[in-house]
Amino acid sequence: MSSADNTKLQFEIIARDFIRAGDAAATIKRYLSQHGFDAELVRRAAVAAYEAEMNIVIHSRGGMLTALIEPDAILITAVDVGPGIPDIPLAMTEGFSTADEEARRMGFGAGMGLPNMKKCSDKFEISSQKGTGTMVRMTLNRHK
Amino acid sequence: MRIDEITNLLQADALACDMSSLSQEADFAFASDFLSDVLAFGRPGYLLLTGLLGCQLVRTAEISGISAVVFVRGKRPTHDMVELAQRSALPLICTKMTMYEACGKLYQAGVGPADCTSVRGS
Repeated sequence: MSSADNTKLQFEIIARDFIRAGDAAATIKRYLSQHGFDAELVRRAAVAAYEAEMNIVIHSRGGMLTALIEPDAILITAVDVGPGIPDIPLAMTEGFSTADEEARRMGFGAGMGLPNMKKCSDKFEISSQKGTGTMVRMTLNRHK
Repeated sequence: MRIDEITNLLQADALACDMSSLSQEADFAFASDFLSDVLAFGRPGYLLLTGLLGCQLVRTAEISGISAVVFVRGKRPTHDMVELAQRSALPLICTKMTMYEACGKLYQAGVGPADCTSVRGS
């Protein structure tokens, strides 16, 4: 047991707010670092959370990002309200992106977001409904 | 190679850093203008060279844990970027050299290419 066990960090993510975008993931990263989590686990959790946060900012009408710290794993969940993903296998392909011009100008849109999230996770689940929204759930094991 | 040595090598200005961050080491480097590349390949001890400006660049560097960012071709980070970098103790280095020249100088000085293949799960 650690003092971080069963902690839930939850953030409302505002669509198109590129000023605050990344605050939630940075807060999760700081919390995990301060509680002595392994540096590589912290990096993977931070990247997974940040990619998920940016997807909500860029592609949806808003959503929630949650990190739940369990004794054996960190669960990161991103839920949004938005257009959904019509073709998930295509969206999971490295290099495929539907980011708009504004997001591309900032350096997003390489088509690496979902693949990066999957690579950072030990378990990656995604579900989406066209016209309703998308849910991504990532599990990062605390112990190898 | 230490960050202050890199700053000298690239005839650059170092912003948003104190003595302790200047003495940090960066032994590997990569260049990209894509934030997701930085997230995929960035690691502690890596140096990022970029022509991209914006607060999200600083945020992305912070998230991936890289050691310092080099802005090439005389690009200067904005006040907001410097403030954000200061909060995360991330050195920002500004050189007038082109991307090609800056990468060449670093490579010649022994800074190795970042490993962009050992991505988890790939």
